[in-house]
Amino acid sequence: MRCVRLLQVLFVLLALGAALPARAADDSTFSSALAGLAADGFAEKIAAAERLAGTGDARALAVLRAMESGALFVRKSDGAVLIGAVTGREAALTDPLTGADAGTSPTRDLTKITVNNALRSALAGLAARLDLTSPDPARRLAAAQAAASDPSPEAVALLKGALARETDAGVKAALSAAVARSALASPDAAERLQAVADLSGTLSAEVRFLVAPLANDPDPAVRQAVKDLTASIERRETAVAVTLNLFQGVSLGSVLLLAAVGLAITFGVMGVINMAHGEMIMLGAYTTFVVQEAFRAWLPPSVFGLYLILAIPAAFLVAGAVGVALERGVIRFLYGRPLETMLATWGISLALQQVVRSLFGATNKEVANPVWMTGAWEAVPGLVLTWNRIAIVIFALAVLAAVAASLRYTSFGLRMRAVTQNRPMAACMGIKTGWVDALTFGLGSGIAGVAGVALSQVGNVSPNLGQTYIVDSFMVVVFGGVGSLWGVLAGAMSLGVVNKVLEPYAGAMLGKILVLVFIILFIQKRPRGLFALKGRAAEA
Amino acid sequence: MGQSMLGQWGKGLKGLVAGTAMAAAMLAAGVAKAAEPIKIGVLHSLSGTMAISETTLKDTVLMMVDDINKRGGLLGRPVEAVVVDPASNWPLFAEKARELLQKEKVAAVFGCWTSVSRKSVLPVFEELNGLLFYPVQYEGEESSRNVFYTGAAPNQQAIPAVDYLMGADGGSVKRWVLAGTDYVYPRTTNKILEAYLLSKGVAKDDIMVNYTPFGHSDWQTIVADIKKFASQGKKTAVVSTINGDANVPFYKELANQGIKATDIPVVAFSVGEEELAGIDTKNLVGHLAAWNYFMSVDTAENDAFIKQWQTFIKSPKRVTNDPMEATAIGFKMWSQAVLQAGTTDVDAVRQAMYGQKVRSPSGYDIVMNTNHHLSKPVMIGEIQANGQFQIVWQTKGPIKADAWSPYIPESAKLTADWTYPWVCGNCTAPKYGTAAAK
Repeated sequence: MRCVRLLQVLFVLLALGAALPARAADDSTFSSALAGLAADGFAEKIAAAERLAGTGDARALAVLRAMESGALFVRKSDGAVLIGAVTGREAALTDPLTGADAGTSPTRDLTKITVNNALRSALAGLAARLDLTSPDPARRLAAAQAAASDPSPEAVALLKGALARETDAGVKAALSAAVARSALASPDAAERLQAVADLSGTLSAEVRFLVAPLANDPDPAVRQAVKDLTASIERRETAVAVTLNLFQGVSLGSVLLLAAVGLAITFGVMGVINMAHGEMIMLGAYTTFVVQEAFRAWLPPSVFGLYLILAIPAAFLVAGAVGVALERGVIRFLYGRPLETMLATWGISLALQQVVRSLFGATNKEVANPVWMTGAWEAVPGLVLTWNRIAIVIFALAVLAAVAASLRYTSFGLRMRAVTQNRPMAACMGIKTGWVDALTFGLGSGIAGVAGVALSQVGNVSPNLGQTYIVDSFMVVVFGGVGSLWGVLAGAMSLGVVNKVLEPYAGAMLGKILVLVFIILFIQKRPRGLFALKGRAAEA
Repeated sequence: MGQSMLGQWGKGLKGLVAGTAMAAAMLAAGVAKAAEPIKIGVLHSLSGTMAISETTLKDTVLMMVDDINKRGGLLGRPVEAVVVDPASNWPLFAEKARELLQKEKVAAVFGCWTSVSRKSVLPVFEELNGLLFYPVQYEGEESSRNVFYTGAAPNQQAIPAVDYLMGADGGSVKRWVLAGTDYVYPRTTNKILEAYLLSKGVAKDDIMVNYTPFGHSDWQTIVADIKKFASQGKKTAVVSTINGDANVPFYKELANQGIKATDIPVVAFSVGEEELAGIDTKNLVGHLAAWNYFMSVDTAENDAFIKQWQTFIKSPKRVTNDPMEATAIGFKMWSQAVLQAGTTDVDAVRQAMYGQKVRSPSGYDIVMNTNHHLSKPVMIGEIQANGQFQIVWQTKGPIKADAWSPYIPESAKLTADWTYPWVCGNCTAPKYGTAAAK
């Protein structure tokens, strides 16, 4: 028994002894390639990265990934190439050769190994090759997709090898599609046919371009297969384009809707031509910025994504309070004098802009999208819907529903409708009409503030933010029908969709002009908009 | 004494001492006159859409004025900045320019950002023989006797950027999207670029041109179109002349739709450090910009410039950018020319401007040419996660600006040279010499 143990130990020692020189040789090629990464020219760096990947060493992957993300450094004191994780002005270093912790160092003592776009994509391709042997199927899938765009013969050979080993069905399909690209140029007609068939799993524009040269193939079967594939890709592209266009229209419509709902109350219900409406949106956006900065300063990064949720009530309160102050301070003295109201509120809008400019500076403020609102959802390949737009569509509809419900079902909503329909009678019933006016104006302004929270996610936060939306808001309210919430919804959505349908043909500039002309003609025909109020209330 | 002034950035003190000595001599001639300040005009929008960019330039001029006054002023007289606000309103620019020249009698004006505003003040400066220092990259195709252009002309920004992208380092781009805001600068620049690309053998089908209004905010369709245009198997790049704050939603949409710089790089001519301050740049790493200066330039002159700016503005967070550098260079050159001429008289200062040399924060000797444009180095930078640019390419030395682009047939014939025998900003033949002597 003991003998066996001894033998085993001996055997292991022997094996180690044999492996050591090989390991040392590996280490020297690895470290020379590693040192090459710190070369001056980008072409030399690419060559060194290729040498490094060529070693097939498992350690190379971490180095390539670190270099791609700009986390590879040269220590100034000894020229050692190290992987660093930077926090502030300190970097925690790892030795790529041994994988050991190499302590920390001030960033000042390190030189970052610079990368440019060409190098970055070369690195991604090389890392993908190494990833093809990863035990994680998800990484292999990503690697197969990334390696597909690399037409070099080594990459194709690697892909073929990986395909033979592969067991996961999804990865297998991606690999065979990647291999098929190179087989398209094969002299054998059967292989070409097989390649086209393999590619028909992905109906992307890229595939259509890849198979296009085969449209005049000598083999009729290949020609037919290419024709069928191209036709199905084209059908699919049309469907995707129409869906995408509709979504873009609805998304633009929901931005218009958000901007206009508040105005539907102040202008639509109260009849105040409020030129400072855009500034209420702007105040909402700045409130979002302040809430964000507060989260950054005092709360841990893990809850940062929630700042937007908290910004909604904050923006409502800030803009609403300014609205109430505005109504009590200025507008109530001007009821029934539209021209003076317009001039006064326009003056206020300029004043508010200047106040914000003095407080926050003239430069744009950065409002970050929380992580759950960045990126996009690829519903089907080619149909990319960005999360922030999806969120805004849902949010706009929710705001509209909340406003409609509060007008319909709350006692404040009842009083508000009573006052706007018949003021003297409402006063007789004991309603304090003055305060109802103030609160109604506050509600409209508060909703504009809430819109500002959403708009800060897709546009700029600058003192001029409001001016971008004021004309559009009035357009929607007038088109939809003054005083009707459903009119605002229909108006915003139809303007959004019409605008986006026209844009690809007419361009952004001409598209806007055409929409404006359309509205003017429409108002000529129906001066009260889409959903005109009827009956006595309309005449009041 | 002009010679002593050709010194380096930060070495002007010796010259200023000489200037002060000369001013002391003048003191003897007229005490009352010497104490009078030299007025200069600052014509930048402090409100409206352009305030975002232009406010910083106003502060830069004030910083330079403060600096020169601390060192004893110019010709022994203090310099006083007269700041007016044309409010991003193009006709108001012309009114304010007239006010500065006629009422305030300023010696020189530093101002304008958009080409529209410059075109609007041009007749005023020519009529009243004023002097305008224009600090922003622009479309070229102009050379006025009364304007010194300290920003880049297209051959100092647009053409090298396109060349870089065509080369192996830039990714050997074959297909081009020219996207811009709809006004004179992007339209002219794109006209030049299109002619240049066609001359380089790019097919007409491989160029897509797109214009959007100022402040455009809904980029969904255009970004989707760019993606579609790029999916033809050829490497595609976007050349962006999008101006002002429309850039923020444009870059946000690019990032959200997942367009990476390694797939479709975007090179911008109007996006600098100041514009990036409003964007989270984590998803934009690798997109490019072409300028003559970046804040990340590693020179002692630049360190001094950044320190001077952050001390003056009292915030260590504020960034510097290319138009600020151009403003500072313009101011330095003007003050050197005033010292050389010994007067603020416009005609004398203009003559002294030609060949005037300044050591710039980018670390080069920048020279004013007789076509009223500078020789400047060209740099291409990639956006980093911290909102700064990493320089990936730069010219060996300064490049001389072409006022008239050789790629547009009608402007290729024109020459700008304000010295003998040309003395002209847009002529096909010299004013003096054989043709005119008959």
